[in-house]
Amino acid sequence: MILSSLIRPLIVTAMCLLLWQGLILVTGLPPYLLPGPRAVAEALMTHQQVLGRAAVRTMTEILAGFVLGAGIGAALAVAMAAFPRLARALRPILLFTQVIPIFALAPILTLWLGYGMAPKITVAALICFFPVASAFLDGLERTSPACLDLAQTMGAPGWRVLVQIRIPMALPMLGSGLKLAAVYAPIGAVIGEWVGGSEGLGAVMIHANGRMRIDLTFAALGMVTLIALGFHALVGAGVRRAFARFQPG
Amino acid sequence: MTPVALSGQVRIGGRALFPPLHLRLAPGRWTALLGPSGVGKSTLLRLIAGLPIGGEFDGTIENRPPAALMAQDPGLLSWLTVRQNAALGARLRGEIADRDRLDSILTRTGLADHALKVPSALSGGQRQRVALARTLMEDRPLVLLDEPFSALDARMRLMMQDLTAGLLRDRTVLMVTHDPAEAARLADHILVLTEAGLAEVKAPAAPPPRPPGDADILACQADLLTRLIAAGSPA
Repeated sequence: MILSSLIRPLIVTAMCLLLWQGLILVTGLPPYLLPGPRAVAEALMTHQQVLGRAAVRTMTEILAGFVLGAGIGAALAVAMAAFPRLARALRPILLFTQVIPIFALAPILTLWLGYGMAPKITVAALICFFPVASAFLDGLERTSPACLDLAQTMGAPGWRVLVQIRIPMALPMLGSGLKLAAVYAPIGAVIGEWVGGSEGLGAVMIHANGRMRIDLTFAALGMVTLIALGFHALVGAGVRRAFARFQPG
Repeated sequence: MTPVALSGQVRIGGRALFPPLHLRLAPGRWTALLGPSGVGKSTLLRLIAGLPIGGEFDGTIENRPPAALMAQDPGLLSWLTVRQNAALGARLRGEIADRDRLDSILTRTGLADHALKVPSALSGGQRQRVALARTLMEDRPLVLLDEPFSALDARMRLMMQDLTAGLLRDRTVLMVTHDPAEAARLADHILVLTEAGLAEVKAPAAPPPRPPGDADILACQADLLTRLIAAGSPA
């Protein structure tokens, strides 16, 4: 079980690397368009300090954006579940924040918030909060009717029903939202870095691309992918651990 | 104790669910409410419980005391232990449950050894026993049973019927069921609700819970079945 879960990704990675190298051999694409695995590995080694610093920066933005977005999303869902009138008023606004293309919003955020971490964290938080709010609210609005009937006959005040029954019962749904947000957060941070600023893996990619250092672009891209996968796995494990007992059994 | 009395009519989307009727629950007795699916048995129970019914009630309910509810879905919270589930009412009202009473009720419902388990570790019958313990913890003058045993297998159902009948003896109970055998075994008064209205059927004389094989019980059961078939609900 553990062995296969270690071996399978290794086999998949090896096959991807072979395909990659094979593609270069077959098409004869020059290294400045599609660098081979070896060139990318070399770029990783030579630029490890730059890439390492950029990775720390990007990870910080991802984490901050995720925590901020998920926190706001979860709080919003609880507020909307507690006050149905607020929910009706907020629903269209929530949707509005999601239909605005985030690529168009990022430069404006840079204009408003400067070239530091703030606009990157904001972009990451903006695309993180929606899946969290939406999944959690879904869960909060689908409390088992049997439990709600019981609570009502027991004479429970609404806020206690929310705290003692509806929120715990919706935690598995919050978990699904968090796992989805964990996939989105790195995208948000990298978009923010592309648009403005000189730090982070996104900025490294843009600069390397501009200088035709496509091997470095690929190295940074690989690192973003690894970070995103790692973050998703981490959040998934945390959610499983924290919310397992709230799973309907 | 004055009897709970409901009279009136329920309309759902402008259509009458059943003709105007009068329902009276004898104090300290079990009343079984039997009828085909969709005729409005559970709606009547929800009205008496003070729960939303998804329709309009045109009528009055007199002397409605606080009620405890036990339904087919035991409604257990998966993250609480058996003990915590049994004391849910106190938790939801911000009170502290009486520990001695809780212990005694868990013992009487045969859950003493399972007190610290979570619902997912229990069998269907054990979960229904937790629901029964929770109902007893509520200690309300009126107990409303909404097909509480219909999801259990035959053997488990019989055992749960005996246990519940014993522990809820002398309380005012309204039991909604679609099982004639259940009504014949457990009820002091049997009411059949059909589209024509409410009709009372004589319950067997022996004190409940009655043994399932007695001639009286089987005759009552047959009588109830005949009435349900005559009610001619669309198949």
